[in-house]
Amino acid sequence: MATERQFCTFHLGDLFLGISVVQVQEVIRGQQMTRVPLAGRGVRGLINLRGQIVTAVDLRERLGLPPLADGRVPMNVVVRTEDGAVSLLVDDIGDVLETTANQYEPVPETLAPAARALIQGVYKLPGRLLLVLDTAKALELDVVSAAH
Amino acid sequence: MSEMDEIIREFLVESAEGLDQLDRNLVALEQRPGDAELLAGIFRCIHTIKGTSGFLGFGKLESVTHVGESLLSDLRDGKKALTPEITSALLQLVDAVRSILSAVEATGTDGEQTFPELIALLTRLQQGEAAPTTEPVGATAGAAPAGDPPEARGSAASDSNIRVDVALLDKLMNLVGELVLARNQILQFSTSQADAAFVATTQRLNLITTELQEGVMKTRMQPIGGVWAKFPRVVRDLALACRKQVRIEMEGEETELDKTIIEAIKDPLTHIVRNAMDHGFELPADRVSRGKPAEGRLSLRAYHEGGQVNIEISDDGAGINAERVKAKAIQKGIVTADQAARMGERELALLVFAPGFSTAEQVSNISGRGVGMDVVRTNVEKIGGSVDIQSVAGQGTTLKIKIPLTLAIIPALTVTTAGDRFAIPQVSLLELVRLEGAEATRELEMVHGAPVYRLRDRLLPLVNLAHALNLQTAFLAPDGPPTDAVNIVVLQADAHSFGLVVDEINDTEEIVVKPLGKQLKGIAAYAGATIMGDGRVALILDVLGLAQRAGVIAEHRDRPHGETGASAPAVAVERQMLLLFRLGDGRRMAIPLSQVARLEEFPRASVEWAGGHPTVQYRDRLLPLIHLAERLGDAPAGGAPDLLRVVVYSHEGRDVGLVVENIVDIVEETLTVHRRRHPGVVQGTAVIQGKVTDLLDVRALIDGAEDLLFVGTGGPFVAVGA
Repeated sequence: MATERQFCTFHLGDLFLGISVVQVQEVIRGQQMTRVPLAGRGVRGLINLRGQIVTAVDLRERLGLPPLADGRVPMNVVVRTEDGAVSLLVDDIGDVLETTANQYEPVPETLAPAARALIQGVYKLPGRLLLVLDTAKALELDVVSAAH
Repeated sequence: MSEMDEIIREFLVESAEGLDQLDRNLVALEQRPGDAELLAGIFRCIHTIKGTSGFLGFGKLESVTHVGESLLSDLRDGKKALTPEITSALLQLVDAVRSILSAVEATGTDGEQTFPELIALLTRLQQGEAAPTTEPVGATAGAAPAGDPPEARGSAASDSNIRVDVALLDKLMNLVGELVLARNQILQFSTSQADAAFVATTQRLNLITTELQEGVMKTRMQPIGGVWAKFPRVVRDLALACRKQVRIEMEGEETELDKTIIEAIKDPLTHIVRNAMDHGFELPADRVSRGKPAEGRLSLRAYHEGGQVNIEISDDGAGINAERVKAKAIQKGIVTADQAARMGERELALLVFAPGFSTAEQVSNISGRGVGMDVVRTNVEKIGGSVDIQSVAGQGTTLKIKIPLTLAIIPALTVTTAGDRFAIPQVSLLELVRLEGAEATRELEMVHGAPVYRLRDRLLPLVNLAHALNLQTAFLAPDGPPTDAVNIVVLQADAHSFGLVVDEINDTEEIVVKPLGKQLKGIAAYAGATIMGDGRVALILDVLGLAQRAGVIAEHRDRPHGETGASAPAVAVERQMLLLFRLGDGRRMAIPLSQVARLEEFPRASVEWAGGHPTVQYRDRLLPLIHLAERLGDAPAGGAPDLLRVVVYSHEGRDVGLVVENIVDIVEETLTVHRRRHPGVVQGTAVIQGKVTDLLDVRALIDGAEDLLFVGTGGPFVAVGA
């Protein structure tokens, strides 16, 4: 049994997060975004991914972080789901990292509650911690508009 | 091994096609028993299946087809004449083969069933009265040469046709969509280029792309005849089962539709045909006694019209029995006796589409399987179509279905609001109205913040798209009349029309419809999204969902993906726009805004008397007035005002003016209706804006004043708390 796992890593504010590389379809730079009125706050808009329309989810909003500073354009991490591709908006993309099972720990209690719900666990890498994002939970959005 | 699987799969596909053909041919053979070619075709098909099943080792399939083949061989050689019994037995054989083949498909073996009775029946029929010449081996051997030449013909046809996986076609369609997009971008770019060679190449790219798009779309088109093919058999079987005589006629089988649409209308069409067989046609004796031929005629017709496909299913049966429909609708609580009494024949016929309606006295095994005509309508509307029904008592019923050619690409109007573009499907579009400056101020009326527009004497409720979508825009500020030009897109949602106010009306174009992701599916205001010429995404508005959201129409038909039903209380709850007014004694009343034609004020001096009733001259006509307070037995408050405030109610070209004390408001409310045990002029009572408000049934009011009006029957009251 392989205990090594590869993670596609990215930054959101001070957080260093990762998702399993097998989930990632591609990473693309900021795209023209069409906002969706009445959508829940987690949905940033729709992007055109080579003819495919992909929903972009605002991970900062999902993790309870303040919006990205003006002028900074987020990156799209496009992940495959049963329901088609979905884009996760992140500040910056990191390297692909390999981890081993003995580096794994459950989520520390000190993490902010909004973030803790979406984090599966932590890998203790040399010098820093990699938080594993639960993509399924991150994409579970309230269907009905928050404004109503 | 995989090669074997391949062979079996091919065998299954070929046999399935052959069996569909068999159904048709057997029924046709019954009409033309002497047709040798038809009979030879039927024989060939069974023979081929038998031969292949022997080769593949499907013994049960082989033994069943074998006896059938022997019987067919006798028929072909003229040793036996075709009887309905033989036809039925052969059709049973087709069913048996089908069920074995589906077992093969599912399990890889030919299953457990051996059909001993069917084999016995076929054997008995074959041996029957005719000389017992059966020698199975001989029959098979004799048949082989006859089977060869047609097979050669078949392979010639297959040279010009290949089977293609639908998934591959879908992928091609997507790629073409992307190519169209890239082409559009290059076209835009080329306008700023001076290089002649580049511009010429771009033009060429443009033409080729258009042709390619048309070609790929064509690959997905299928003739509707494919769906109809099974109907002759369905009609034959049902006619036998109901002891009726029915002939089926088809016209326009070659009419082509997108594959997804063909799939979507298959079940509704079958249901309609079953329904016609079960309820539509009379028994032969009844038909003759009514002076009609004993044999009924079911006709299917398909044709293109205005970018849509029309399908008509008509029977020359008894027509819809209005009295029975009425009784049933009342019994099922779909309408009240009062409402039903006021309905015309046409409206009664439309009741068959109401959810929960079924006139079958007993649940038969033919129709009445729990799916009613409401499901037919829902399914057709789901693909952007519409259903209409026309029935003449004693002469028959015609159902007319209108559906778009394709779901993937539809014509749409693009509009802009608050800087965002939206696409509106053309099918919902009625007209466009643009009001400039002073005109806008004059013609748009604000009743306590709710804008309405007088479109040809009708009050059209207006919905500001920006407000409906919670967007910021300067237009139609709630506390004042608009200042600039106003663009109104008049839309049809269900039976109601409303005006959608947008910032800009752009263009009509063909758009490629794409579904929205799971995170956005619950928003009823959108039907999907599309990619515009500049590569950006635009949302497609769902007109029905938008109208429900804005309260223009009641939310009585729950959308399948809507989340609204979950927490709905048990009492009748609806959202709709109401006109609130007050009578002299402070009594508050409401009527649905959709019933209001205009709001007018008349000087008291202009009131004249006609036949003892107050009347005013209004737009070259006479408008009878009803003083609501007097009519309802309330004493008018104080002295008569100099100015009469009148709500003009209009129905079927006849108007009546309701004199009220004053107009209070137009509200959009979720109503909890407290119904009266004996609804009269007041249909029920609800709490609106924190105050008790009676809901006026204008039709009941008019019915009670027939001496004054010519109005008798007409459309249903917009149901409150149905």
